[in-house]
Amino acid sequence: MSQHHRVVKAPRMQARVSLEDVSALARGCAVLGTGGGGDVRPAAVAARGAIREYGEVPLVRLDELPGDALVLPLSGIGAPTVSNEMIQSADEPLHIRDEIERIFGRPPAAVMSSEIGGGNGVSPVAWAARLGLPLLDADAMGRAFPEVQMVSMYVAGIPANLVVMADVLGNVVTIRPVDGLWSERIARAVCVASGSSALMADYVLTAAECAGAVIEGTVGRAIAIGRATEGAQDPLAALEAELGAVRLVTGKLTDLERRTTGGFARGTVTIEGTGGDRGRKLTLEIQNENLVAIEDGVVRAMVPDLITVVDSQTATAVQTESLRYGQRVTVLAWPCDPLWRTPKGLETAGPRAFGYDLDYVPVEAIETAGSAA
Amino acid sequence: MSGGAGVTGRLRIGIDVGGTNTDAVVLDEADRVLAKAKRPTSPDVTEGLRAALDAVLGEVAEPTLVTRVMLGTTHATNAILERRALGRVAVLRLGAPATTSVPPLSDWPEDLRKTVSAGAAIVGGGHFVDGRPIAPLDADAVRRFLGGTPADAVAVTGVFSPATADQENEVAEIVRAELGEVPVSLSHEIGSLGLMERENATVLNAALYGVAREVTTALQAVLDARGLRVETFFAQNDGTLMAVGYAARYPVLTIGSGPANSIRGAAYLSGVPDAIVADVGGTSTDLGVLVSGFPRESAAAVEIGGVTTNFRMPDILSIALGGGTVVGQEPRSVGYRIAREALVFGGATPTMTDAAVAGGRGVVGTHPVPDEWRDRLADAVRRIDELVADAVDRVALGRADRPLVAVGGGAFLLPDELPGVPEVIRPEHAEVANAVGAAIALASGRLETIVPAAGGGNHRATLIDKARQEAAARAVAAGADPASVQIVELSEIPLSYLPEPAVRLHVKAAGPLAR
Repeated sequence: MSQHHRVVKAPRMQARVSLEDVSALARGCAVLGTGGGGDVRPAAVAARGAIREYGEVPLVRLDELPGDALVLPLSGIGAPTVSNEMIQSADEPLHIRDEIERIFGRPPAAVMSSEIGGGNGVSPVAWAARLGLPLLDADAMGRAFPEVQMVSMYVAGIPANLVVMADVLGNVVTIRPVDGLWSERIARAVCVASGSSALMADYVLTAAECAGAVIEGTVGRAIAIGRATEGAQDPLAALEAELGAVRLVTGKLTDLERRTTGGFARGTVTIEGTGGDRGRKLTLEIQNENLVAIEDGVVRAMVPDLITVVDSQTATAVQTESLRYGQRVTVLAWPCDPLWRTPKGLETAGPRAFGYDLDYVPVEAIETAGSAA
Repeated sequence: MSGGAGVTGRLRIGIDVGGTNTDAVVLDEADRVLAKAKRPTSPDVTEGLRAALDAVLGEVAEPTLVTRVMLGTTHATNAILERRALGRVAVLRLGAPATTSVPPLSDWPEDLRKTVSAGAAIVGGGHFVDGRPIAPLDADAVRRFLGGTPADAVAVTGVFSPATADQENEVAEIVRAELGEVPVSLSHEIGSLGLMERENATVLNAALYGVAREVTTALQAVLDARGLRVETFFAQNDGTLMAVGYAARYPVLTIGSGPANSIRGAAYLSGVPDAIVADVGGTSTDLGVLVSGFPRESAAAVEIGGVTTNFRMPDILSIALGGGTVVGQEPRSVGYRIAREALVFGGATPTMTDAAVAGGRGVVGTHPVPDEWRDRLADAVRRIDELVADAVDRVALGRADRPLVAVGGGAFLLPDELPGVPEVIRPEHAEVANAVGAAIALASGRLETIVPAAGGGNHRATLIDKARQEAAARAVAAGADPASVQIVELSEIPLSYLPEPAVRLHVKAAGPLAR
């Protein structure tokens, strides 16, 4: 895998997440959500509220933490309809922190987002503020994925042997599963008993273990993505440049077929080119996230590379559930983190992990081959 | 136009207070337009209302035959946008220890929060999605909060109250016992699932009680001055009416009634139940879709004055094209100065009105279009057609079998042929379609709750039946004739990741006003 396509660019000077950073972070997380990852808006409200009450959140790089410092990856689990109605208790992160301290004999040193894409990339700001902890500038996906084993720690071979969950009433459950599958199965059951919404820490690990097992720089990157489009003359061009993305098509959404199977919102979206792209036609295959982009029977980009649909005017990311006929959109695709391009990474979250009988080809390789042809 | 001699039977007046104009119409029992008037909307809203009402009443031979007045007004919207005349609200949420991560009014603009909030508390209570209580209602905490928080009104929002409303009702009883006449807004009567958005709408509603009193008093004064003894109704955001007593309790529902009225009015005037409606004003054109006589509703969250709510508002696409829009400088519009500044009125500013006149689409103004402008205005006509065709395509969602009904003062700007519509209909009285829409509207009630998914057996059937009855009861409370109320909408949205399969049930009932 050539290094010049690494997602992580040079280290940024983003040292903290301030009140003013939250909207840029939310915009960026929506872009990295590739259509999924949950709504960023309620998460941004919670993050702003927590910063107002508890102060700005320091953003730390992995190399700034001592090797034995505990990193706490946090994510919400449950049904979005429920979490938007029965909003989290402010104390859920505290309960998890206390339990971790009981188990490890020391408190966690930093919070990490399990999934930078969508609302789960924004909420950790609120949790870190509440805990008075810094936020690690990293996450476990570099994007959004629908299943719990689709995390960098799994790809790196770290065992899923501890899950700690807290609910709105303060019930705390510690699970010591035998593997990732049981981790998912038991966590879901606990979540249902807790009213279908809970906060969860899994893969609690030391800073030393994090090296090579998390995707670094993604919080700063999300903020930079959000900033790039704010007040830009041409937000779309600015976003494209910031991402280093390939513009697959600019056009109009002309067909949208949705089906719900196996708990996933699946669908096929057709975008017909307009303006300079007139006469072209791109279809997107969706399972919660945008997974495969096809034009004239040829795949132009596929998971785990990132494919995001944005409003052509504002460059705001459009979530899969908000796609509607007639929208003027542009489809962008850009390379995933190199971790996902390893054999274990592709086995975990490559096209076949989602049921597509496709050999993975990196988006930039497809693009080069296409323009050479 | 004449309300000439020989008119018998009861009359009614529809009024729509818009951003630029206040329109009024008088309709007879057969829904024929007997009189119409357009007056500038005044800064205080009420003067414009009085002027429009006086104008139409002056045309009617027997004003005493008027028995009903239907008002669609921007009073509530303006009050929120201008932070004017808003009441101070004690904001109570039932849900602790849940929901404490996002306190009430967290996402409100600072100035609006300061204006409206008398204080907020999250007390023990609320329900889980399956109906179990999160905590018993902490009635002592409710009393302590009420005692320590003097306010003009109280807003109560319980977690999952749209499915389980008993705790909110219990709090209403406590407020009555403790504070007597202080009005209470209960969230389950106002919004649907989504705590923050429903709470926001409930607090706005509580803040608007004073504005609602102001409007009803002003309207009553105008009517009394004319010696009219009438029933009054208010238009709401879904294109239906509520009796004045009901509107006084749910003033927030009047927000967004303007577009709904014009869509409903267009439906009536054209006689078409399914259509695309374009309302062309001075600064913009609003496009909406008429589905079985009602406006199609928006799926997106609606922001009012910087506050997010989950109202079901008409799905409107606004484009910067109006009669006063300056050619080549969209979205700039000369607005009400069009009668001075447009070329056809002898002015120096080329407007879309000039373009339409030059293109032979209408005869407006006092001056011919100067020849040196011909080429640029021809380009502008093509621009109009391009903008409208694009907007029609956006709202049509792929269907090309519905006509376009053109209404509003600037309807003549629109072409007679457009891609994606078989026909452009220009009904008589189109310029006052919104006031007509207010006058002919039905009364409605709606309800949202959670029920088991299909296969849920008798319990599910009972719950759905109960929901239908409650929606119908709400329509009757809003003024509908109990004998002719019908369920006009019943939709189920599946919920994911729940212990038992469940759906979100939405029911709407509507019917003509009781005679």
